[in-house]
Amino acid sequence: MRRVILSIVGTVAGLVALLSFKSHLPSVPSASAATSGSAGTSSSAGSPSSSASASSSAASSSSGTVPGEFPQGSLAGQLATGETAVNGKVATTAYGPVQIQLIMRNRKIVKVAVLRQPQNTIRDIQIGEFAFPKLISETLTAQDAKVDAVSGASYTSAGYIQSLQSAVDNGG
Amino acid sequence: MGTVVSFDVPAFAADAVGRAVRWLHWVDATFSTYRDDSDVSRYGRGAASLAECAPELTEVLDACSAVGAASGGYFTTTPGGRFDPSGYVKGWAIERAAAMLTAAGSAEHSVNGGGDVQCVGDRGPGQLWRIGIADPLRPGTLALVVTGRDFAVATSGVAERGSHIIDPHTGRPATELASVTVVGSGLTLTDAYATAAFAMGSGARDWVESLDGYEAFAITARRTEWQTSGFRAYLPR
Repeated sequence: MRRVILSIVGTVAGLVALLSFKSHLPSVPSASAATSGSAGTSSSAGSPSSSASASSSAASSSSGTVPGEFPQGSLAGQLATGETAVNGKVATTAYGPVQIQLIMRNRKIVKVAVLRQPQNTIRDIQIGEFAFPKLISETLTAQDAKVDAVSGASYTSAGYIQSLQSAVDNGG
Repeated sequence: MGTVVSFDVPAFAADAVGRAVRWLHWVDATFSTYRDDSDVSRYGRGAASLAECAPELTEVLDACSAVGAASGGYFTTTPGGRFDPSGYVKGWAIERAAAMLTAAGSAEHSVNGGGDVQCVGDRGPGQLWRIGIADPLRPGTLALVVTGRDFAVATSGVAERGSHIIDPHTGRPATELASVTVVGSGLTLTDAYATAAFAMGSGARDWVESLDGYEAFAITARRTEWQTSGFRAYLPR
């Protein structure tokens, strides 16, 4: 029985968040069986563990587990059987709102999509084109390699992690 | 830019996490170079004497001098010409946060500050901690995984916006290595040594080899890899 508590110590962004979830990210329990209907829920603010999510398998096509593919926009309408979409809450950052969606299957994150990200300034575009793909693939890699943490040059994006965290919470 | 710190602790020690987080916020307020009113900023621009700052700043400065001496000047508190002891403060703050959890009775936990990790005890009964080393040249993949107990892992490398570690001897960004990971017992020195090793480039191999209790693994900018002789003890069997 472990708890992981994620804290963001902000400087410029001034973000402060203290969230908790139940287990290691790599062993996220999947969202409880896909109930039908409602495509991409727009879980707005609210406590990490509350806001509804779980939109379900609709149709067909592209299932693959392709780290390196970084879809923009909701995938809720194009899930393969057995996949569930879980939305994180919108995280407010100094650069604008960030929202992450997890696609889960068999207790695993198989894809991460970016629902919202800042798009205004050059710096935002850098974040979107560089940091987000890196963070997304790191999320998938960490899970696949069953590691407790990843050591590397820091390119953390507070908003990404906040929203990811809440999606993980919703999924549990 | 903020740093995300995550804690992996037994449930009974969760209360201590609150104290550790308050400590980290205090460190941020005191040592941030992004805040004009932090002790570090005020001291850096000559608006406050050391005596007027938190005593921890004196402690950090003394420790930075020691690391500077131990690394042949490759570690400095003025990396870009401006006073900035961040290269020491982050690992120090994380190691101390981990010690606060130990003091609260936890024998098994880890604290990960933006990719620099302090692990205490085992991950669980008979289980070693597993820490992935990000491959700086293939974003999203791991170069390898290290395992251990009671150990610290720190990686210095090229961050998202290009080189960011200055070689104090040339004043230019260090470019020989894509990343270097140092493994040791406490994150404070492990992290500071990783920063110095990155600035050092290829010379870091012999240097870390000469340090007692530290091992290193590096990926060079040209995609070759090297490791110190004892590093293999941390590779999964």
